Amino acid sequence: MLPANRLPALATLALGLMVAAVALVAYVAPVDANQGLSQKIFYFHVPVALTAYALFGWGAWRGLRHLWKREQGADLESYVAIHLGVIFGAMTLLTGSIWAKISWGRWWAWSSDQLVLFLVLFLFYSAYFMLRFSIEPGPQRANLSAVYAVFGVALIPVSFLAIRISKDIIHPVVFKSTGPDMSGTMFLAFCVSWAAMLALAATLYHVELAGKRLDARLKELREALTS
Amino acid sequence: MTYFADVGALARKDLMLELRARDTLPAMLLFVLSTLVVFHFVLPSDSSELAAKGLLWVAILFTALLGLSRAFAAEREQGVIDGLVLATRDRSAIWLGKALAILAFLGLAEIVALPAFGLFFTHVGGGTIAGVVLADVGICAVGTLLAAMATASRARELLLPLIFLPLTIPIVIGGVGASVAGHPGKYLAFLALYDAIFGLVAWGSFEYVVTE
Repeated sequence: MLPANRLPALATLALGLMVAAVALVAYVAPVDANQGLSQKIFYFHVPVALTAYALFGWGAWRGLRHLWKREQGADLESYVAIHLGVIFGAMTLLTGSIWAKISWGRWWAWSSDQLVLFLVLFLFYSAYFMLRFSIEPGPQRANLSAVYAVFGVALIPVSFLAIRISKDIIHPVVFKSTGPDMSGTMFLAFCVSWAAMLALAATLYHVELAGKRLDARLKELREALTS
Repeated sequence: MTYFADVGALARKDLMLELRARDTLPAMLLFVLSTLVVFHFVLPSDSSELAAKGLLWVAILFTALLGLSRAFAAEREQGVIDGLVLATRDRSAIWLGKALAILAFLGLAEIVALPAFGLFFTHVGGGTIAGVVLADVGICAVGTLLAAMATASRARELLLPLIFLPLTIPIVIGGVGASVAGHPGKYLAFLALYDAIFGLVAWGSFEYVVTE
């Protein structure tokens, strides 16, 4: 776990990267020839989506560590990661929907693989909260949450494959096996933006985790005082 | 070999209970037939056969859900699950035995439902039958594990559809693809892949669902 005094440093880093990303996207990255200004949302939409995947993956990893090694606190970490993952997932749906409206003329496009995948994942991880909060806190809740989180990472590639084989593709595919289809400054802006999102997610993760741990500690102290 | 003897004994127990009490299977049969009748009225009279083929998958999924929601009811109410967990045997046998019993119920329900579908709507092709068989395996593997999860929660039957449906969306995609596509091979292969991946995950993780 992160020492408490590192948290401001991490938050500052996230803020700095955020400012740098906005500046790069606004002033340095060229305006897309086909889509014009609206393409700039790409620099937020895709990093947010990738960060959501990272958070789901981290949540499953902490869940697996809980099941496997019985690590202390892994359950809470898994929960916080998935909680933030759902928030980033909702942001992906929102930014994707705005982009779809501007470039395809409608708010929702079923032919867009990634958006459909995120909708499935959003539903799946929303049910995670239903599951988690209908079980009494304790070892069983930790186990069930962890197993569900592990199912989630299996669902991501399987759903992706399912959606890919069943749909015609109108979603712009920027990352191909031959390398990213971007100019140098575009790629730079994208990378900085992605780093900013990851730093933001890491900051939020540690803040929420610290809050949750403080809650637990306070509860313990209160029980010790009243009994 | 004792592992398979355990699985067999548990599956036999469920089938025998069903034979005596007749709780689940008649409900599933009646439900799937009612659903097909409802679908007849849902579809406008000039709609294509493809729409009906898609709705068949809705019927199958919800029928399975009906059977799964009561899958562990007897175990919880009578405290059987605690006894089974305490036995010094591999706990995944509990999952496999239950999944096989549910698979038998679902298969029997479909033996009635598919000809009924053929009678009411359109003929059922080989791709659909192969898709249904492969999808059943995945539905039962994942559904049994999730049913065990749902019975452990306060929400019980309410929770199961919420956690079951997002996980089975790939099955629906593969199944509908196998029913409507000219060459179902790609979709059948995908369903087999789903069965393999989620079967393994469910088999490996059931232990943690029933123990603390």
